[in-house]
Amino acid sequence: MTPRLRQAWILLGLGTLLAGCGGNQNTVAPASHPERSVADVFWVMLGVSCVGFGVIVTLLFLGWARRDRPSLPGGGGERAATRVVIGLGVALPIVLLVSLFIWSDLFVLRSVAAPTGRTPMTVRVTGHQWWWEVRYPGSGVVTANEIHIPVETKVTALVTTDDVIHSFWVPELNRKVDMIPGVTNRLLLLADKPGVFRGQCAEFCGLQHAHMSVEVIAEPRPMFDAWLARNAKPAPRTNALFTRNCSGCHQIRGTSAKADVGPDLTHFASRRSIAALTLPNTPANLRDWLRDPQHVKPGNRMPDLPLKQPQWVALQRYLESLR
Amino acid sequence: MAVAAPSRERARIEALERAWLERPGALGWLTTVDHKRIGLLYFWTTLVFFAAGGIEALLMRTQLAQSGERVIGPETYDQLMTMHGVTMIFFFIIPMTTGAFGNYLVPLMIGARDMAFPRLNALSYWLFLGAGIFMYSSFLVHQAPNAGWFDYVPLALRRYDGGANVDFYALGLIFNTVSSTIGALNLIVTIFKLRAPGMSWNRMPLFCFAMLAASLSLIFALPALTADCIFLELQRKLGFHFFDQAHGGDPLLWQHLFWIFGHPEVYIIVLPAFGIATSIIPTFARHRMVAFPLVAMAELLVAFIGFGVWAHHMFATGIATTTLVFFAAASMLVVIPSTIQIYAWLMTVNVGTPQFRAPLMFIGGFILFFVIGGLSGIMFAAIPFDQATTDTYFVVAHFHFIIFGAAVFPLLGGIYYWFPKVTGRMYDERLAQLSFWLTFVGTGLTFFPMHIVGLLGMTRRIYTYDHGLGWDAYNLVETIGGFVLAAGLLLIGINIVLSYRRGVPSGRDPFHGGTLEWTTTSPPPHYNFAVIPTVSSPYPNWDEADREEDLRKLARGELVLADGHETPETTVNDGAISAVAEMPPESPWPVLAAGTVTAAFFLLLTSHYATAGMAFALMLLTLVGWNLHEPEEGVG
Repeated sequence: MTPRLRQAWILLGLGTLLAGCGGNQNTVAPASHPERSVADVFWVMLGVSCVGFGVIVTLLFLGWARRDRPSLPGGGGERAATRVVIGLGVALPIVLLVSLFIWSDLFVLRSVAAPTGRTPMTVRVTGHQWWWEVRYPGSGVVTANEIHIPVETKVTALVTTDDVIHSFWVPELNRKVDMIPGVTNRLLLLADKPGVFRGQCAEFCGLQHAHMSVEVIAEPRPMFDAWLARNAKPAPRTNALFTRNCSGCHQIRGTSAKADVGPDLTHFASRRSIAALTLPNTPANLRDWLRDPQHVKPGNRMPDLPLKQPQWVALQRYLESLR
Repeated sequence: MAVAAPSRERARIEALERAWLERPGALGWLTTVDHKRIGLLYFWTTLVFFAAGGIEALLMRTQLAQSGERVIGPETYDQLMTMHGVTMIFFFIIPMTTGAFGNYLVPLMIGARDMAFPRLNALSYWLFLGAGIFMYSSFLVHQAPNAGWFDYVPLALRRYDGGANVDFYALGLIFNTVSSTIGALNLIVTIFKLRAPGMSWNRMPLFCFAMLAASLSLIFALPALTADCIFLELQRKLGFHFFDQAHGGDPLLWQHLFWIFGHPEVYIIVLPAFGIATSIIPTFARHRMVAFPLVAMAELLVAFIGFGVWAHHMFATGIATTTLVFFAAASMLVVIPSTIQIYAWLMTVNVGTPQFRAPLMFIGGFILFFVIGGLSGIMFAAIPFDQATTDTYFVVAHFHFIIFGAAVFPLLGGIYYWFPKVTGRMYDERLAQLSFWLTFVGTGLTFFPMHIVGLLGMTRRIYTYDHGLGWDAYNLVETIGGFVLAAGLLLIGINIVLSYRRGVPSGRDPFHGGTLEWTTTSPPPHYNFAVIPTVSSPYPNWDEADREEDLRKLARGELVLADGHETPETTVNDGAISAVAEMPPESPWPVLAAGTVTAAFFLLLTSHYATAGMAFALMLLTLVGWNLHEPEEGVG
């Protein structure tokens, strides 16, 4: 669809509501060409649907307006009515549905399909109750809840789960794909322009399904390369308080904390959010989160820790140093 | 037929009264086998469940009215969300359509005096009640089902859901499916064997075609769900590995079996509603249905094709592209029978001279909502779009337009339409039209904005959401709409209660309906028809000569069958009388049998397997008692 034609649709009632507003999790504000083809399918279907709905409303209205006249608007009785049923109820839908089928399910489907060959880059995304583990094969980089990718580069996301079924979905970049135990599904991640694209777990996965979000950060290649290099480094120092209280679940590369129950925290301070986008990563939020994670995100796996005031401050200072 | 009958005719009617009389009082309701009384029991019970499901919905909408709301926590929200789905599907719509409407109306429409298996009919009601009590008792121990009505594994396995929540779900549904299966079988046999003389297939009311299609779907779809739930309980309670990929099981097995049931289920839900629409439209349009045979075929076709589309619920699971394309094609195919019906309804309205009274207004609303829900449904057959929007509020919007707009609206219209038949009194037309506008506007406000938030990325089954995603205003409108809708529904309830007490007597046939239920008194006598009517068209009440002939037959004593508790059996295709069936009298055994089964399920829940086995054995004993009072011959 040409931009002008699309704009015409956007001006149509719904479009004005949809296209401009909203956060950055908008199915019909595509930032990649696979997603753009999905949005095109939608706008065309919406257009045809509006016409179809208009026909139905008109017929119902005519039924009401001509309620005292026992014939069709153009004259004719039951036989003519039966012909309308066959024409509009059988023949026309067959033509429209076959066209839609050929276009969307045979052609467009290919553009959103997972890449079959090798792509320039691969990330592994694993769903956990209720956060995302992100690994960059070959670099040793592990992070959580944010996926950095270079812009205009095809990235294969290999997705699976560590526990229940989740669904990986970044609406402005591509379709969604489920994360199923024992299965690794593939998805093409591609951003045509730099930006932060929000995504959210789309399959009900328990208590905190609502707080399982992810961000894809698409950057120009040099910035991405710098990010990757920085994140490949181990942490500069260890911290006894962290090792004693947190190493049962978390890993900080370069220290003795090596567990993989919770997110890797090696570069925690450089991340944009806490607890899968539950809170922005600010000092005040980190303070609230550390002291009472069960209040912020009820039911999550992080326990309340029995620490004293100076220890809290020290622990927070250490985490904030992990850039 | 309350004509001033000469003494011979009065004697025949009195003989019928005696033969069909049931015990009065509360005990009479426990032992009744009268399809009309069982239908009313179903009606009131499902209304209670409807209210429960509605309150659950309003609580959820209150929590979602604004971002970051803390009215209810995630634990409660998940239980409400699961129970809302389970209740509306299994304890409201199926029992309301097949149990209440089907039970009450099918025998009347086909000119029979009862269902084919009256005691089995009672059993299916009492089992349904037992299953409902079982499912809802979970709230008393704060362990209501919480893994969603779709209950995906491994989330629903013991490892991630350790309480009794999912056991209530799985056992409760196994229990419920037994009741639904019995009810569906009963409807099928009734429609096959008890149609009035002359009612060949081409003269059967479309309502009965719809009920037949829904019942056939039920008996083929429910076993998949039952098997799925049995597998789940075997894995949860006894350590089997059906869904455990580490031991050769597969979590997707649950989804396949669930949706093999779950999609036909959608048609099970809407088919009876189509049936109600095809009853109301000809009556108020004062014209028979346009394209009658096409509509009958379409109803059966929907039920059939509905079995080939289940995997469109699984387009995002990563199954093979070939599979996706096959199921997408089938999902498009299933559109055709629906478009046939939509245009047949609209053309009937256009070709007739419709009176837009409350029942027809609800059907008008139904058509609009069904088209909206149908169009968004077609969108999901476009695989890439489905993969983008599945599990968002776009889906929630879609299926609420189908389930609420297309299935419940005709039910509401049907309640008004048959209210005079069931009670003998008229409903209040002005209140009824007001209730239509409230529910119509409420439904639109509640469910339409969900399309938009869905496209804006709002996923389903979340108990809260962040500010700044552009979802707040839409959600607030939805919540307000929910309360408007609730007010409209409440007004229908008020109208029913007031009209039941103070309504104007309606007489036999206030709307000049075409089908047989309008030929008998309102409310119908226990034996339904003094003379078994003989049928020569799909709209026998419009065939005045036939009905006058019925009166003459009463005088002659033909087809009165007043010698006993009898109804005629007819041949399956042509509806020619083949035998006279002696029907069983009222019986305490169905309620006792259902009581033992309920006890058995509670014992299974608490893992008392030996005692549960004893309860099932006790149930077999009640069946012995049941069979001791078998009528000499017949289908009872």
